[in-house]
Amino acid sequence: MIPAQFEYVAAGSAAHAIDLLGQHGDDAKVLAGGHSLLPMMKLRLAAPAVLIDIARASGLAGVSLDGDEIVVGATTRHADLASSELVRTEAPLLAHAASLVGDPQIRHRGTIGGSLAHADPAADLPMALLVLGGSVEVSGPAGTRRVPADEFFTGFFETALADGELLTAVRVPRQAGVPWGYQKFVRRANDWAIVGAAAINGRIALANMGSTPLRASAAEQALTGGASPAEAAELAAEGTTPGEDIHADREFRCHLARVLTRRALEHLS
Amino acid sequence: MMQVELTVNGVQRSDEVEPRLLLVHYLREVCGFRAANIGCDTTSCGACTVLLNGESVKSCTVLTAQAAGQQVITAEGLAENGDLHPVQQAFRSEHGLQCGFCTPGMVMAAVSLLQENPNPTEDEVREGLEGNLCRCTGYHNIIRAVLAAASAAAEPATAQAEVTA
Repeated sequence: MIPAQFEYVAAGSAAHAIDLLGQHGDDAKVLAGGHSLLPMMKLRLAAPAVLIDIARASGLAGVSLDGDEIVVGATTRHADLASSELVRTEAPLLAHAASLVGDPQIRHRGTIGGSLAHADPAADLPMALLVLGGSVEVSGPAGTRRVPADEFFTGFFETALADGELLTAVRVPRQAGVPWGYQKFVRRANDWAIVGAAAINGRIALANMGSTPLRASAAEQALTGGASPAEAAELAAEGTTPGEDIHADREFRCHLARVLTRRALEHLS
Repeated sequence: MMQVELTVNGVQRSDEVEPRLLLVHYLREVCGFRAANIGCDTTSCGACTVLLNGESVKSCTVLTAQAAGQQVITAEGLAENGDLHPVQQAFRSEHGLQCGFCTPGMVMAAVSLLQENPNPTEDEVREGLEGNLCRCTGYHNIIRAVLAAASAAAEPATAQAEVTA
């Protein structure tokens, strides 16, 4: 399968990429690892006229500390996130989530910024960002702003990124030593979650239980009110509207959400 | 069309390519290295696995343009001076193949895996090769081959002594 024709431009910096986005508008797509975009282009589900490659743009990759937050550059690859000692210590749930994306080859290419901007509700990193209470930094012609995870995922493969904006970094609170749980149900190796559940600090997030990654709000409130993990987990699917596909119908997804939430709350790392 | 410069199996190249040319097509059709196979063409099967800067990638999901300025190695580029790479040797010794279609990808994935984890457990080998499918289901000997390659690398002196004896 061969993508439709396009023009390729390598951006030297985030500012350069934003300039290019301004020039080309809707005709352009940002390329980083390309492991969500290129498969869509090969299937001709996407046919951008211009690809702006930010994979080698300066200053967009790497992990650092900023006060009580970890800052992860948008083009940081899953493999680097998973093996980063800093991330493994300060946000182990995030490192674990990155280690479960796809397979080793995919983790050598795919990036955190790409995964979040793609916003697949079944993916690992959107759920991880949501449960960690992180945020993303986006830059555009009007300047830079921060969007909390709770406001970033707006619909099926849709985010709060505005036209001409580039996701440049991801921020998550430092949570060294805080117990966390992460559950991902798949039938095949290297697949997306049929349902996923993650828990830390009284927050619970679900993957593939709706058009975006979701908070299990009813279960969170029950925990706050003193319910046991098992009692709270019974409420995990409340308010969700999971889709149906060949892997699972709605009822089975709701069952998985309850079971995986209980496991995420009970089997803490 | 665009000009890309990259190193393939140790040789610096400069080629005019279409921006949409996938790395696997570049390697097979422009460079003539046909070890990387096109299996599923959807980033699933791993038959097209090559090393990009020493790390395994699926070349059906990389643009040639994305590899500009970088080092690509295919299975043809593993042997040195006519001697098989230790992973290739181990696949041969342990009969880590049946039809052979997945083999170049398996070998490249295994080389990358052993670079990141030189002494893996059997479970780690199975996890580490999760991006590569063998439709003959010949996994048992593939896992044995990777473990044998790891052992051989861990005990080069012993292995050498056995060969000499």
